[in-house]
Amino acid sequence: MALLRLGPGPAPGRHRSVSGASGLGLVGRYSGWAVGAVAIAAMVFPMVASDYWIDVAVFWGIYVLLGLSLNIIVGEVGLFDMGHMAFFAIGSYTTAILSGHFGISLWLLLPLSGVVAGLAGYVLARPIIHLRGDYLLIVTIGLNEMIRISLLNNPWGLTGGPNGIIMLDQFRVFGLVIQKPMHFYYLVWACVAASMFALVRLQRSRIGRAWNCIREDEVAAEAMGIDVRSAKLLAFTLGAGLAGATGTIFAAKLVVISPESFTFMESVILFCIVVLGGMGSIPGVVLGSAAMLVLPEILRNFAQYRMLFFGAAMALMMIFRPQGLWPSKRWTTKLQEGESE
Amino acid sequence: MFIEQLVNGLTVGAVYALVALGYTMVYGVMRLINFAHGDFFMLGSYLGFTLLVSTFVGSALPLWAALIVTVIVSAMGIAVLGVLVERAAYRPLRRSNRLTAVVSAMGVSIFLQNAAMLIWGPRYRAYPPWAVPDLRWEIGAVHIGFMQVLILVVSILLMAGLYLFVQRTTAGAAIRATAIDHDTARLMGIDVDQIIRLIFVIGPGLGAVAGVLLGLYYRQIHFTVGWSYGLKAFTAAILGGIGNIPGAMVGGLLLGILEMLGAGYISAAWKDVFVFLILILLLIFRPTGLLGERVAEKV
Repeated sequence: MALLRLGPGPAPGRHRSVSGASGLGLVGRYSGWAVGAVAIAAMVFPMVASDYWIDVAVFWGIYVLLGLSLNIIVGEVGLFDMGHMAFFAIGSYTTAILSGHFGISLWLLLPLSGVVAGLAGYVLARPIIHLRGDYLLIVTIGLNEMIRISLLNNPWGLTGGPNGIIMLDQFRVFGLVIQKPMHFYYLVWACVAASMFALVRLQRSRIGRAWNCIREDEVAAEAMGIDVRSAKLLAFTLGAGLAGATGTIFAAKLVVISPESFTFMESVILFCIVVLGGMGSIPGVVLGSAAMLVLPEILRNFAQYRMLFFGAAMALMMIFRPQGLWPSKRWTTKLQEGESE
Repeated sequence: MFIEQLVNGLTVGAVYALVALGYTMVYGVMRLINFAHGDFFMLGSYLGFTLLVSTFVGSALPLWAALIVTVIVSAMGIAVLGVLVERAAYRPLRRSNRLTAVVSAMGVSIFLQNAAMLIWGPRYRAYPPWAVPDLRWEIGAVHIGFMQVLILVVSILLMAGLYLFVQRTTAGAAIRATAIDHDTARLMGIDVDQIIRLIFVIGPGLGAVAGVLLGLYYRQIHFTVGWSYGLKAFTAAILGGIGNIPGAMVGGLLLGILEMLGAGYISAAWKDVFVFLILILLLIFRPTGLLGERVAEKV
């Protein structure tokens, strides 16, 4: 692929020094210890927490996966995709339909849903990828609505209309059926860890640097010989694919999937996760989804006032910390002050 | 049936157009998608409801006066709210990344929706049936109701007024100049903050009028209508070319007509798919909307 050959030249010395010496490079100098401590805490958590909080953590993990997938598109490349739930829906429904009709194992459906959603992402994005900024945003919103309404209208009796589909199968590991919150917890967070590792590697690769270059300045990126169009398409396809694969886990966890899980509002929440966490920041996605999902759970004591408080907090957060909870330090240019827009 | 659907489409389209004007003006001047705009529309609808059923407007005044007072007071109330929201949530972000302002707007939207839910309750509220005189006219085979005429007349007057205001007055020229370039406008002696405040008076005010009209037309209102109508109106603004005031008017009317024809000739369940499909096709072939100008990208 031309993109691989023509990306910006490697700058190993520089970006290593910025991102720290450790393997993951998430938190700078102490990252090895920090990652280890977080991993141990995560392993122990379900043994001490109640089922309710484990469930909260499972959904948090699912949204981290979705946030990571959208982060590729919005955070790394700067494409405004506000209809990402469409691909999540495609993945979930692919799983439910294929599992229900053909009894395919969920372990096989996990990558398969990813491939189907990725293909859908590629096909749908191909004609619209050249649109800029807000026009891409409204088109992706349109795609999300079109797919949700189509699912609602039960085409060929496949999707079950507003009632959705019931999943009969579950993940199995050597005879153990993954059903309990704790099982799902380990499954989801193992997927999160694997995705984060892969995405950090990708972010550091030539493709990742090409993406960030496009985000900062598309014209300059093109001048540097980056194939902007195929780089954007690649990001869109990968993001859609990861969201689709997450759909399999979601379908297994929820058992009943219906169109109301994939509304435009949910897409907006995902978008907010990426921006709140810090554009293009992988640990930021974890914090951003905690803020958008776990925080409202903690605020449950305030009952009906919690969403009121939450909305105000979102606005305040953007005013006092516009760079996000955990901003990505790499590859940000100092050009922002000069932009008059 | 064709003419009848056309009239229905024009009616809904006029409401979309009034809301779309708010999106397009804010976008034109600030390059911000104001996600809270649909909620101004929704709050306008609720405020109108409260005024109409209250004792000092609804039952104290004759119907025509009550309607006029309701529309004007709702528009003024929501305009004040719009200015407050701009001051609190958007002005501090004017110099930062555009996406942060979008998230802030989302926060405002969630806040306003929940405020409305707490004030007016989570269930549907219905406009009083006596608020709309039961007048109908038959022209040929077409039935036209009083509300359809009222919506069309009011929105056409407002749109014409806005167009003249923006094109003919000094303040309008200042708005146009600010939309082109904030810094240059400031050099010309324009108070940009003042212009943005003016935009946040006009946009939410028009949205509130649309909200009251829609409440009178469909009777039922809910705190989530801001999202569904906001999305449609935003689509209309894009369809016409965002940032372009006549574009929002044309886009709104066209969207309403497309939707009603889609509902009539294809199927009601698939009408939104049809609308978005047309939007996407249009944007693929004409990425700046119907009336949008082709602007060279700034480097």
